[in-house]
Amino acid sequence: MAMLHIVNKSPFERNAFKSCLDHAVAGDSILMIEDAAVGAVDGTVFSSDLKAAMADKSVYVLGGDLAARGMSEDRIIDGIKVVDYAGFVDLTAENDKTQSWV
Amino acid sequence: MKYTVMVNEGPYQHQSSDSALQFVRAALEKGHEIFRVFFYHDGVNNGTRLAVPPKDDRLLQQEWSDLAKEHDLDLVICIAAAQRRGLMDPDEAKRQGLDADNIIEGFRISGLGQLIEGSIQSDRTIVFGD
Repeated sequence: MAMLHIVNKSPFERNAFKSCLDHAVAGDSILMIEDAAVGAVDGTVFSSDLKAAMADKSVYVLGGDLAARGMSEDRIIDGIKVVDYAGFVDLTAENDKTQSWV
Repeated sequence: MKYTVMVNEGPYQHQSSDSALQFVRAALEKGHEIFRVFFYHDGVNNGTRLAVPPKDDRLLQQEWSDLAKEHDLDLVICIAAAQRRGLMDPDEAKRQGLDADNIIEGFRISGLGQLIEGSIQSDRTIVFGD
């Protein structure tokens, strides 16, 4: 029963992203959209938390939201997959449940 | 797959109305069914026809309305949230003794039960908002 966690808040602004990481379980997927996309960038105070979660969870970022914030894909953590809205839809279909961390 | 989408944020507030709109378009393009889009809290402001943004900006209310017309979508506005924010259809304006309504074509006003029913009828419920 894998769950897709959709996060839309920057980890540097609110603790919703951290709460998500604390609640997600092995086999779940995490998708960063809107302001949460900045959490994909490597070398920040948050990146070690996300890398630890990636040991047993799949992590995705919405490419358009990353680009809209001036972040190029070569700055994100290795292993994070960049998806478009079609990929977003696929993730919601592939996972049994979704949870938005608004 | 059958989807119900919930929008809890007004247009131009952050990004959620835009995100939801693009998600719905992508889902329809893939052949999925959008059973219902439910607008709650400030999300009800997506249903006014009286918004006039600058000419070079997008008009989200019209984009939702056009998408509803094109794909026969069921766009539902929560009645309690709408009354608080002055979003009225002709019947509701009359019932409240008001001199005008402002709902845009393609939206309808109903209750929170529509969200629950949508979630029961759909395979997935996706929430966008603040």
